[in-house]
Amino acid sequence: MKAFVRNFRASFGPDMGGPMVALVAVLLIFGLAADNFLSMATFGSVAFQLPELGLLTLAMLLPLLTGGINLSITFAANLSGLAAAWVWQTHGGVDAPTSAFLFACLAALGTGAATGALTGVAIAYTRAHPILVTLSMMIFLRGLGEFLTRGGDISGFPSYVGLIGHGSIFGLPVPLLIFLVCVATWHVLLTRSKLGFGLLMIGSNLEAAHYSGLNTRKIVVLVYTLSGIMCAIAGIIMLARFNSVRVGHGESYLLITVLAAFLGGINPFGGFGRVLPVFVALIVLQLLSSGLNLMGANQHLATALWGVLMIVVMAARTLASNSHIFRRKKA
Amino acid sequence: MAGVSPLLSLKNINVTFGGVRALKGVSFEVNPGEVHCLAGENGCGKSTLIKVITGVYRPQLGAQFTFDGKLIATMTPNLAQSLGIQVIWQDLALFGEMSVAENISFQLAVKGKYGLVDKRAIEEAARKALARLGVSLDLHLPLKELPIAQRQIVAIARALVGEARLVFMDEPTASLTQSEADYLIGIVRNLSDSGVAVVFVSHRLAEVLEISHRITVLRDGSMVGVYPVEGMTQSRVTELMTGRNFDSAVIAADHVDAPVVLSVRNLTRDGEFSNVSFDIRQGETLGITGLLGAGRTELALTLFGMRRPHSGEIIVEGQRVSFASNRDAIRAGIAYLSEDRLSLGLNQPQSIADNLVMASLDRILVGGLISSRRKAEVVSRWISELAVKIGKPHDPIRTLSGGNQQRVAIAKWLAIGPKILILDAPTVGVDVGARAGIFEIVRKLAAEGLSIVIISDEPPEVYFNADRVVHMADGCFKSVYDPRQISLTELESAVYA
Repeated sequence: MKAFVRNFRASFGPDMGGPMVALVAVLLIFGLAADNFLSMATFGSVAFQLPELGLLTLAMLLPLLTGGINLSITFAANLSGLAAAWVWQTHGGVDAPTSAFLFACLAALGTGAATGALTGVAIAYTRAHPILVTLSMMIFLRGLGEFLTRGGDISGFPSYVGLIGHGSIFGLPVPLLIFLVCVATWHVLLTRSKLGFGLLMIGSNLEAAHYSGLNTRKIVVLVYTLSGIMCAIAGIIMLARFNSVRVGHGESYLLITVLAAFLGGINPFGGFGRVLPVFVALIVLQLLSSGLNLMGANQHLATALWGVLMIVVMAARTLASNSHIFRRKKA
Repeated sequence: MAGVSPLLSLKNINVTFGGVRALKGVSFEVNPGEVHCLAGENGCGKSTLIKVITGVYRPQLGAQFTFDGKLIATMTPNLAQSLGIQVIWQDLALFGEMSVAENISFQLAVKGKYGLVDKRAIEEAARKALARLGVSLDLHLPLKELPIAQRQIVAIARALVGEARLVFMDEPTASLTQSEADYLIGIVRNLSDSGVAVVFVSHRLAEVLEISHRITVLRDGSMVGVYPVEGMTQSRVTELMTGRNFDSAVIAADHVDAPVVLSVRNLTRDGEFSNVSFDIRQGETLGITGLLGAGRTELALTLFGMRRPHSGEIIVEGQRVSFASNRDAIRAGIAYLSEDRLSLGLNQPQSIADNLVMASLDRILVGGLISSRRKAEVVSRWISELAVKIGKPHDPIRTLSGGNQQRVAIAKWLAIGPKILILDAPTVGVDVGARAGIFEIVRKLAAEGLSIVIISDEPPEVYFNADRVVHMADGCFKSVYDPRQISLTELESAVYA
């Protein structure tokens, strides 16, 4: 047992334990309870639902690692979607040519980046708490979005937009592929890039990072800009999946992204965390909700159980850190 | 003090933590009204001994514990409190947002009538406690607005409210200027005169010798001995604490043939320092000493690009420079070791390896990405070069001792390949034994051609380790000394004048 724990830790890292245990538990419980759980249908539904929450979680992840937070992610996503919708509408709506696709994506990414950069500059230069800044940004973006859409849905996109939301390549859903590319990008960013190193350093002590010559302002601005870009990708996926843009789409995901990040072992105070455990945590959340759905349980019950899962994982972590097998050797 | 029966007497104290013997047959005695110094390096068992006396740890069988002539079978924190044994820890454990009076009397506040807080009683008790110390402070001021020296006084006054008979003070002067420390020493004398015994734990040997009646020295959990302070010298105490003999000799030498690396001309920042001019040649070490508040750190931060000078010039290797940030200074080859290792110098929760490469990331990039192989090479190279004692490179740096942390902090700067290394208070929180190790490194680096600035408020540190010593006061370079031409005592009397 001890050897197993040690090997596991060596190959996946200590923060992978919680999410992996939860994954195995969810697979076992639902696999036994619902005979059609371990089927392609389940995995198909997970594969299509995972990316929305997943991309928004990636958008939340970087600010959390710097010890901040981004409360404006869902509205930034929808406002970016709105920018894309505007491009398609001005190019003929349903009849928009394929060439408009590129402009629509650029408009969305540009909008996301701009909201993020604005947030980042405000945080880096005013030194106001990210909760305050991003809360203001969230209210601003929501108001702006509702003003532009008059609170309604914007729809009527060319048919190829549907491919992004519902199409598959080699049997893998397009949204899932996009999500996997983003996960891989974030993984490399955090483990190998200067920005990733710097953002973890400022997450645990901004002043010490500054004294060591890291450009802390630039890092903060970049972190929120990247968060905004990730929101834009999520916004495009949501637009394609619902075939419409609405300012309130995915609003309930906001705090779930924070939950998923903490389930994935992100330090709530910043400075420590990896992408892969968060990825596994996201799969666990999605499996839990699909499994309950399959057993005919109410969707709201699934949300309640996400909260319970979080508490169980917290308790399990405390127990594990107190038991001899899991305790790390003290230096 | 012969013939006086001791207030506190411990005999044969043994404490073991998971197989490690933290205290081995230690005896300790304090007389009423005595100022007693407990000396020893970090990890020698000082804190463990204090915790045994206050009932936090229980010694093994065979220990003998008497207080005021009465045998104590089992000491508990509550019993210690009621006997009047108080500890003032280094972090003071005060409440920043609460007023001076509330801080002093907070034990009373907890015990208020009907569960309510009696404001008048709180202020009365606080005033009495301060009066006993011969001090008056604004009782209503929030604590966080007081300078650290006065917070110390608040902590002492709080101990007095608890009817203290024996007060332990853990590094009380560590963050004070000389004049503040002198003031505190006066307070401790008042305390001792009024019959309260004080046990002083301090790294500053000069003041220990000035204030104490006797010294108990611990080393590696064992008792070295109890010594009267008469006839003791600093080097003798150091020798007893470390078991080694540090020969102090002036190393000052001339470097007139070496090229000038850094020139500073009439550098001024209003309200901080003015008209500072000096040259440093390759391989030369400049020492800057003076009291806290003399503008030393402000000058260093300006040279490091973190503050903008109002007038004057900084010239690096003949080029006039103007730094927009410390990144510019680092690029020009200037490194600055912060005086505050805990919150500015190192990123304490992060790993040893990450701290070490933090300033030199560009050197471990391959194709724009961090190469873990190169990082490991850089880390292992500096760990062995500076003989840092570590477990694994990915352990958090806060698990290291002060001396080893400081070595990593120096390595972080050496990894950028600097021309000038500014060391601001490099031995703060570093054991006496480990300090010598730090200065050995500094001398070696100077011999290899690095130009070094040592800033210290302890004149001996610069006297024995620099080629030239500047006395800085009120933001000005008062005078420059050649250690070969004056004695340490002359330097000290100039600084403390």
